[in-house]
Amino acid sequence: MATHSENQYFVPTPSLYPVFMSVGILTLASGFIFSINNYNAGNWMMISGAALIVLMTFFWMGKVIAENQSGVYKHWEDKSFRWGMIAFICSEIAFFAAFFGALFYMRIISVPELAGFDPDFTMHKDFTDAWPSLGPGGDVIRYGGALETYAPPSNFSPMGAWGLPAINTLILLISGATITWAHWGLLKNNRKQLVLGMFLTVVLGIAFLLCQAYEYHHAYTDLGLTLGAGAYGSTFFMLTGFHGFHVTLGTIMLIVILLRCMKGHFTPDRHFGFEGVAWYWHFVDVVWLGLFIFVYWL
Amino acid sequence: MSYSATAHHDEHHDHPTGIMRWFTTTNHKDIGTMYLIFSLIMFMVGGFMILAVRAELFQPGMQLMQPEFYNQLIGVHALIMIFAALMPAATGFANWMLPLQLGAPDMALPRLNNWGFWLLPPAAILLTLPFALALIGIGDGAIATGWTFYAPLSTQGGIGVDFAIFAVHILGISSVMGSINVIVTIFNMRAPGMTLMKMPIFAWGWLITAFLLIATIPVLAGAVTMLLTDRHFGTHFFSAAGGGDPILFQHLFWFFGHPEVYIVLLPVWGFMPQILQTFSRKPMYGYKAQVYSLWAIGVLSLVVWAHHFFTVGMPIPALVYFMFSTMAISLPLAVLFFCWIATIWRGSMTFETPMLFAIGWIILFGIGGLTGLVLADVAADAQYHHTYFVVAHFHYTLFAGGIMGIMAGVYYWLPKMTGHMYSETLGKWHFWLTAISFNLTFIPQFFLGLAGMPRRIPDYALQFADFNAVSTVAAFVLGLAQLIFIYNVVQCARGGKKATDRVWEGAEGLEWTLPSPPPYHSFTVQPVIK
Ligand code: HEM
Ligand SMILES: [Cu+2]
Repeated sequence: MATHSENQYFVPTPSLYPVFMSVGILTLASGFIFSINNYNAGNWMMISGAALIVLMTFFWMGKVIAENQSGVYKHWEDKSFRWGMIAFICSEIAFFAAFFGALFYMRIISVPELAGFDPDFTMHKDFTDAWPSLGPGGDVIRYGGALETYAPPSNFSPMGAWGLPAINTLILLISGATITWAHWGLLKNNRKQLVLGMFLTVVLGIAFLLCQAYEYHHAYTDLGLTLGAGAYGSTFFMLTGFHGFHVTLGTIMLIVILLRCMKGHFTPDRHFGFEGVAWYWHFVDVVWLGLFIFVYWL
Repeated sequence: MSYSATAHHDEHHDHPTGIMRWFTTTNHKDIGTMYLIFSLIMFMVGGFMILAVRAELFQPGMQLMQPEFYNQLIGVHALIMIFAALMPAATGFANWMLPLQLGAPDMALPRLNNWGFWLLPPAAILLTLPFALALIGIGDGAIATGWTFYAPLSTQGGIGVDFAIFAVHILGISSVMGSINVIVTIFNMRAPGMTLMKMPIFAWGWLITAFLLIATIPVLAGAVTMLLTDRHFGTHFFSAAGGGDPILFQHLFWFFGHPEVYIVLLPVWGFMPQILQTFSRKPMYGYKAQVYSLWAIGVLSLVVWAHHFFTVGMPIPALVYFMFSTMAISLPLAVLFFCWIATIWRGSMTFETPMLFAIGWIILFGIGGLTGLVLADVAADAQYHHTYFVVAHFHYTLFAGGIMGIMAGVYYWLPKMTGHMYSETLGKWHFWLTAISFNLTFIPQFFLGLAGMPRRIPDYALQFADFNAVSTVAAFVLGLAQLIFIYNVVQCARGGKKATDRVWEGAEGLEWTLPSPPPYHSFTVQPVIK
């Protein structure tokens, strides 16, 4: 068996970051709760909680990078990170599965059912089973028992697939290619190719986000497509919104990796940080394909 | 549970002492201890709440509290017991024992491990804070929907629902981080030569738990997120007016909720065979059969969720499918029961406290499983759904199968963790009082349910009075009996007869090769398994 010195697993030294991270999350969450329940102090709590989280992420990840640069992570620790990242991405898949599940449920079960009631008994005689659906309209009770009457927006038109969304699909697919190209550069120790590939990927990520922002603006101002626009609006914005949030996180991580590449981090045989982010990026890419097919196209 | 006396084992550390040690620790034993203590505290908090409920139910009529407050108590009781007592206890054992049983120096991702624990106190604060806020005029108290958050009740509720939503989010992050750690530890940290099929069965139980957590907790997070946006941001996931459906919530919730019942039990099914074999002094029966059965149950549990709402209205083929798939789970479960009994069959058994709990556990958990089979029958469930029969069923699985199982584990490993023997006399008192009062609390509830008493209602018809009185008195005995447990554990942590390395005559496994208590860093050089 391997000798003592090369077989020591690195156990990080005690750290306060996790505790502060949790305090940040508690502050952010309770601030958010207060603020959506109309207590204005909540806003300040949210800001300070979010600031604490950002700060702690910065220090925590900085510490990991410093540890990595000092060479304490060997093959054994590297494998842990890989397994960990795979498990984490699986949990993210399950998160999106919930929203896709809601989408399929509405399209296959609840909308047809609402449209299928005997005309003699239903209040919504002319509600038909078609997708995109905004629902038949009616009373909704929101938090605290607030009664609200919902009428489907009349000026509504759905988001077409073959305009901006198709371009966005192309952007993400190309960014998947550029990050792989960057990876090849890293493997060949061609640092120029690595940095250029990473740079292109970041640019494409930001381009995607800008297109998405424009699309949302277009939806709200021209299409009558809002978060509150029935089944279609709810699933459209929650799915694309959470995806966009993940792309944002992914882009930030890509920028960090780009900066690290420029500083000369990573070697052809040791670069988990790069690969972990690349896996994450491919994951958001695949989720987008699901969105493009089931939310925009079909 | 202090083992600071053994810190001198290790030459070179400069970790902080006092409270800072616990805030900053990356050590799997420290973190495991924190999980276990947290779990015990929350067990007491959840217990107090439900004793207040039982006091209200002592007699028909409204005595002690308003119905709204009653609903808040049962909901928060359940959320605390499941998420803050049972699950953290199982994670505590994983932290303490997986590295020892696998011959690993620590958990694979120690700093993440620390974070996983420190997310729990914020979640506990979020769950209970609304009670206090109501006193100063903010909001109308905690979540009053029961632990299941059903829409549209939950889309209409007050600030307590928002707090519970975020508590669940934070608990979810903690569970996912813990699961990632367990998966990585099992795949990457085993001693050389320990193949997967040589792994202690506790590790298998936890691996499948972690797999289920990763697959289902994010779905719960998604479901409560939709709830949040339905409540505050105008979405229509659960409102028919917009084309959504309140029943969608039930699907999402129980896609998580049914696997959840195995999530809290699989770790127990993992270590229970080890306890049984130790005190029967013969090898565990059917290791492979148990591993395959654990997997079968884990995978099947993902496809049976709708048996929790048979009565809500479903097409007949769906009813039939969910009925038979649910019943199919009892096959691998029966294999497990067979293996447990075969393990102790003709062994040279002795009945120390862990073994008493283990045997009691087999019987009582068996009742829980059998009554589940009754509920899985669509026609029968039309009668029993939402009655006290369901309440009794899931307490036989969750209190007997879960909590009493965890207690067996506590008594089994406490000498290893603290280095001292607990008091066997008090342990036996604890067991018998718990077992008897538990049955006296919940057997009457089976009959109440069969007679039609609905759950989650603070008042009841006169003919239910006698059984309810018995149940309440027994519940208070059950609560008091747990004070013996706490006293015993605290005394054991503070001192007492020295435990040997092996502790139990028949104990097998790597954790028993280390001193009791084990040194702060164990297995820095991994043992080689042949
Ligand atoms: C063969 C084993 C089992 C079967 C067939 C089974 C079946 C069922 C069914 C059909 C229900 C729904 C009853 C109703 O609401 O009308 C139910 C409820 C429940 N079961 Fe089980 N069960 C089994 C084992 C377990 C286990 C192992 C646990 C926990 C560790 C558990 C925990 C629960 C809980 C918590 C509920 C009630 C949830 C609620 O409505 O609040 N069950 N069970
Ligand atoms: Cu179930």
